[in-house]
Amino acid sequence: MTRAHPRELGVLAALLLLIAGTAAANPRFLSAQSVRDLLLSAAILTVLAAGQTVVVLTRNIDLSVGSVLGLAAFGTADLLATHPGTPLPLAALAGITIGALCGALNGALISYGGVPALVITLGTLYVLRGAAHSWAAGRQINAADLPRPFLDLGTATVLGIPLLALLATAVVLAVALWLHSYRSGRELYAIGSEPAAAARAGVPAGRRIRTAFLLSGSLAGLAGVLYAARYGTVDATAGQGMELQVVAAVVVGGVAIFGGSGSVTGAALGALLLTCIGSSLAVLRVDPFWQQAVVGALILAAIGLDRLLTTRLAARAARTAPEVSRAG
Amino acid sequence: MPDPTAAPPPALRLHRVAKSFGAVTAVSDVSLTLHPGRVHALAGENGAGKSTLVRMLAGVHRPDRGTLELDGHPTVLRDPAAARAAGIAVIHQEPTLFPDLSIAENLYLSRQPTGRLGRIDRRALRAATTAQLARLGVTLDPDRPARGLSIADQQLVEIARALSLDARIFVMDEPTAALSGTEAARLAAVVRGLCDRGAAVLFISHRFEEIFGLAHDITVLRDGRHVSTDPADRLTPDTVVRRMVGRDVGALYPKTPTTPGDTVLEVTGLTRHGAFHDISFSVRRGEILALAGLVGAGRSEVVRAVFGVDRYDAGTVTVAGRPLPAGSPAAAMAAGLALVPEDRRQQGLVLQLSVERNTALTRLRRLARHGLLTTRRERADALHWTERLRVRHGGTHTPAGTLSGGNQQKIVLAKWLATEPAVLILDEPTRGIDIGTKAEVHRMMSELAARGLAIVMVSSELPEVLGMADRILVLHEGRATATLPGPGATAETVMAAATGHPGGAA
Repeated sequence: MTRAHPRELGVLAALLLLIAGTAAANPRFLSAQSVRDLLLSAAILTVLAAGQTVVVLTRNIDLSVGSVLGLAAFGTADLLATHPGTPLPLAALAGITIGALCGALNGALISYGGVPALVITLGTLYVLRGAAHSWAAGRQINAADLPRPFLDLGTATVLGIPLLALLATAVVLAVALWLHSYRSGRELYAIGSEPAAAARAGVPAGRRIRTAFLLSGSLAGLAGVLYAARYGTVDATAGQGMELQVVAAVVVGGVAIFGGSGSVTGAALGALLLTCIGSSLAVLRVDPFWQQAVVGALILAAIGLDRLLTTRLAARAARTAPEVSRAG
Repeated sequence: MPDPTAAPPPALRLHRVAKSFGAVTAVSDVSLTLHPGRVHALAGENGAGKSTLVRMLAGVHRPDRGTLELDGHPTVLRDPAAARAAGIAVIHQEPTLFPDLSIAENLYLSRQPTGRLGRIDRRALRAATTAQLARLGVTLDPDRPARGLSIADQQLVEIARALSLDARIFVMDEPTAALSGTEAARLAAVVRGLCDRGAAVLFISHRFEEIFGLAHDITVLRDGRHVSTDPADRLTPDTVVRRMVGRDVGALYPKTPTTPGDTVLEVTGLTRHGAFHDISFSVRRGEILALAGLVGAGRSEVVRAVFGVDRYDAGTVTVAGRPLPAGSPAAAMAAGLALVPEDRRQQGLVLQLSVERNTALTRLRRLARHGLLTTRRERADALHWTERLRVRHGGTHTPAGTLSGGNQQKIVLAKWLATEPAVLILDEPTRGIDIGTKAEVHRMMSELAARGLAIVMVSSELPEVLGMADRILVLHEGRATATLPGPGATAETVMAAATGHPGGAA
């Protein structure tokens, strides 16, 4: 496991290439402010991607994260707007709790109901968005309604690095440590890699999958809090459509959509790459249409690369062990 | 010879167990005793109850009647976890590993050695894995992902895993069915090693050389009942086969002599670089040609190229005098060729589809009326063929994957026979199927040949080659080393040619 991960390195190389190319065309792309903006924009996507990675590794998917983010963002903002005295950690905890509850709901429906995550989370995507709309009832919470210190969090920097980016990094490192070095983390890979073998090895698959969704929901809740702090303006549509960006980031970052392989570091790099593409194409004044086309092409390339690697590995195995399937 | 009074208590004893599924009795009144340090072979046709016994020992099924004792203590295996905890390890024909995880993690998932703060100690994990594999006398890189391991290596990983779980009773369910000769020999050495360390082994195989090479005791089952248990040295393959099928072995190769007709398939100078070189043969109506040779000699590759599944670099294939375009299975089918592939589960059947859908697959167009297929037509057609080939199934609507191996093979045969081919190519037609069904497949081949079909058969089983073929083409490392007349050939002449020493045999 300590071997080099070619996929992560590939994404990193693409990222560096993109940055170098854009900077060459427009040096202001690398100005401190521009980099800060980039990291800020990537932070929320990265937090979501970390949660999504954990879910996708188990051969599941969480499409509800955009709606969870919206609900948590609105909940946190509403709490702070109506009770301005609420301590910020408590407000953040409230947002995370909203996300955790949504994630627990997803996990319970999937593991007890035996329904594919794709269907369940597609359902909760709409249900939770509907809940946000009915809660907001058309209201929009503006920056003026929110306490100053909360909004400052969204722009605060430590040693010049945005606080949100540091938070996202901390989340990624923590999840990476869990996935890489803890038995329960490894079991997530096992479940996604071969569910039948996982069952035979006594892996508590249901519990692990519920944990994965709980984590994904909680991180989406956290992302909601960050969203409210960063943008200050929150209504019921916050984070709409975000789920697809997240899945894109995860896939581009080398997490196999059928589970079992990939890393949260890769997913974070994927999130960074997608964000970078957005701003670099803007800097280069490229038609926004192309921006989407590039993202699409990247996803296809990532999946194509995975297929290629898998088939080549299989072919190599067939060569090294000729005709293993033949009775002798 | 086990002496029940002097020896330690048996590692495992099944006493008069029975198991029914609905109205079907899978096992009735079977007793079986496994002793530490001994290999006990279980022989029986498919459907004799071997798999049910294996599942009982694995904790999947609980016997309806009878008792199970471990080291003399009555035990109930509630679930697979209980069986594992009791020290029973089941090694399947095709192990299920985690392809994305390393070998080390496959061995120690959920049990990885941990260090500070519960973190996995990867160095200790690697060392433990290497040690465990070394006990089996194999060297595999612990960090290598399981994806791409050969089936033989996957089994060894599974065995190593069982050893690391302190398994004392190994139940091996046809472990060698998919292995090459060398791999099977390596597995046999591992099994002997396990025995030397005091493990009890239950070994299931359709190959008699293995059974007699490995086993101390042999139990024969037939139709879910216990037939006999004897020390291996008191038995011969012939007695075992007789007990398995309840009839004589001679019926196994019911070859009826035929008078060959015109040449139907003619292959000249067929070459695919790296696979086979300058292969020529012809088959006449009513004739059975066997392609013999060792594993890896290129036989399957040749027939795949003939049928157009694979391309070839040089040579020609003519069917009834007309050249066949290369690389087009559709053209081959239209010309009257049919290929029953070696790996029926992957290439021959759509396992999830029903029996009737599978039999209809080769003739969708012909069975359709106004471009529409009706289930009724498919069903009627499937009934006709399943009756003709005596397929045992639970209704033509059941998924093909639920049938036994032998019956699956018959469905594949049915599917191709229904196209009314002129040339039938069979790649390992009886691999992994039980003796009774084998005899039926052989009888069918004989009948088909007698009715004027030309048959090309790839087979790794010498008795089958010698018993069925009119002519034998022997391949060695992609080259034809001999063409022998079926009736005159002996195991020695075929083996000599297959190993590249044809001597004067050609």
